[in-house]
Amino acid sequence: MGETPHRSADAGTGGTRVTQSHEWPAGASARVAEAPVSPRSPGGAGMGGGGALPRSRKFGAERAFRGLTLAAGTAVLVIIAAIAIFLVAKAVPALRANTENFWSYEGWSPNETQPKFGIGTLAFGTVLSSALALLMAVPVALGIALYLSHYAPRRLGTALGFLVDLLAAVPSVVFGLWGRDIFINPVRDFSVWLNEYFGWLPIFGGDGPFGKSIMLGALVLAIMVLPIITSLSREVFLQTPTANEEAALALGATRWEMLRTAVLPYGRPGIIAAVMLGLGRALGETIALALTLGITFGISFNLIQNGGNTIAANIANAFGEANETGRGALIASGLVLFTITLIVNITARAIIYRRREFTESAA
Amino acid sequence: MTTTVTSHRSRPPAQPASLRARRLPWYAAPAIAVAALALSAVIVYGAGIGGPVLVVVLGAVLYLVGLFAAANAVEGRRSARNRTWSALIHSAFVLAVLPLVSVVWTLVSKGTERLDANFFQTSMNNIGARDANGGAYHAIVGTLEQVGIATLITVPLGVLCAIYIVEYGRGKFAFAIRFFVDVMTGIPSIVSGLFVLAFWVLIVSPWFNDGRPSFSGFAAALALSVLMLPTIVRSTEEMLRLVPAPLREGAYALGVPKWKTILRVVLPTALPGIVTGVMLAIARAAGETAPVLLVAGGGAAINTNPFENNQSSLSLFVYQQAGDASKYAPARAWTAALTLVALVLILTIAAKLLARRNRLSR
Repeated sequence: MGETPHRSADAGTGGTRVTQSHEWPAGASARVAEAPVSPRSPGGAGMGGGGALPRSRKFGAERAFRGLTLAAGTAVLVIIAAIAIFLVAKAVPALRANTENFWSYEGWSPNETQPKFGIGTLAFGTVLSSALALLMAVPVALGIALYLSHYAPRRLGTALGFLVDLLAAVPSVVFGLWGRDIFINPVRDFSVWLNEYFGWLPIFGGDGPFGKSIMLGALVLAIMVLPIITSLSREVFLQTPTANEEAALALGATRWEMLRTAVLPYGRPGIIAAVMLGLGRALGETIALALTLGITFGISFNLIQNGGNTIAANIANAFGEANETGRGALIASGLVLFTITLIVNITARAIIYRRREFTESAA
Repeated sequence: MTTTVTSHRSRPPAQPASLRARRLPWYAAPAIAVAALALSAVIVYGAGIGGPVLVVVLGAVLYLVGLFAAANAVEGRRSARNRTWSALIHSAFVLAVLPLVSVVWTLVSKGTERLDANFFQTSMNNIGARDANGGAYHAIVGTLEQVGIATLITVPLGVLCAIYIVEYGRGKFAFAIRFFVDVMTGIPSIVSGLFVLAFWVLIVSPWFNDGRPSFSGFAAALALSVLMLPTIVRSTEEMLRLVPAPLREGAYALGVPKWKTILRVVLPTALPGIVTGVMLAIARAAGETAPVLLVAGGGAAINTNPFENNQSSLSLFVYQQAGDASKYAPARAWTAALTLVALVLILTIAAKLLARRNRLSR
């Protein structure tokens, strides 16, 4: 801001001055002054104008501190690279030993003398359960966020918002335990009901047993990511400029029309970010799914029969009895999971960074 | 202006009906709700296709349809949409509250079963399937040590990294670091566990351990640090950006070097916010199960040395007890879960209260 008058003054005096001012950056005057008589000499006392600026030392505290922070910053890149490198290094021997196709084989028995394992069913289960969970969680989460930010009385909204933040912090193992011990009963009843009346649909077909199914896993996942998506999108909705909302209302919009025309478009990047974060959580969720899924190997769209498996849940379940090759195989599956989440995250961040140029919103 | 004011003050008792929009009477919504429930009860029990839950669900759907139809006929389409969406948003809230209340209720009712002094003073060492006692002392020790070491590693690294991004970083390199910190936020906990397994447990730890890979609490701490780092960097970064520029400029004008300005002026100003971020990161790390399962191995006995042999943690204890066949295991699992949730919630609440007192508000 302070540069504007300088620039206009330079433009008035002519071109030469502009080039000159570039030749004399702020710190240069100090060096020039030091050349004939050092300002640090006993007589000079180090006073007087720009000439008194201390000389920049080669190995001072400033440089050390700067280098320290640079090292810390680089550590992030090093860690991400190291994750990829070490996972690949441990996965390759197991993949070499695999006697079946890693992508298409349906099964996981890497501990035998003829190791056989394939990622296809696991990746399918991971994507299916996460997609189902988001399908159920996102509309409800957005509804709650809108309720808390625009429908509920302000005090109630703040209090409940605080509660939602707390729920977002509850560890996943607790949700897993609850899903396996308590929630399975209503879900089993519901599955039986669905099977009885909608059994002609392949996704609700089969003849049991029901309960520890993709549906239970996806529902537990949905309940887990619900507070995360809610708390993030609520914050975004609260940041909508009041002027926009009042303008919509003043034009005669109903409350829903105000939400649709002023609040939702403003919050869209934030919503995308929240959903992507929820997706990341759902894809990588381990323990809750290890406790609630019926751990089978096979690609099936049936949602209610016992079964289902994901990459992360399989790692937690199979790790205990894994030998050298088994560990390598699990690490290889982790590498696939890492790649999937990396793609999802980078896509989400790219969307947010591009959007941020247009709408300055916290995302 | 004056005319409108007077007209509002002395509103004519009989305003022509054509000037006001027609509205549904106040009793319309409850009446529709009762009618919808009754109709759905008749349908469900008449056809014999379900129980009370289905009555409520079908009743809710019928209520939405009826409300839309009635409002559409009386008030017009826009108002009908408004009413329907409002009802949907309220029902979303109710729908989500039910399972979450169930989680909290189960946690409290089942968790208090074994909430006694014995639970916090004993480990699972020599506890067989028929023993009703046994506790989580070893797990609590493990959680505290692992999270403590992870915090010691992560806080300096994360704060320095945030300082680089905010104060020193320029150009593409700083942007890349910011971008990858964001990306790192999404790394699944199990992947960080596998990374430490591949790097520390299988490759580095054999050097200290006569060539045999060894699980340890320290490895778990490393895995947790990978998860905590992005959270701490992001929150610190946001807080540093909130520190007003005049504070820095004032320090520079007094001749304070940049590094001293950062350490003595910027960091203390942002400190409450940074502490909040650190506490939230700790709360998240304390609840992670998967990395501890992969690299600390779990164990039944008390092991206070985080650098050698298996260690357990509270969340891993919950998972292991959940998989235990003993009939006493569920009670232990729920009590440990309650302890874990209490620990996490205390940290979170403290962090939020601290954030509320923070002067650098958003």
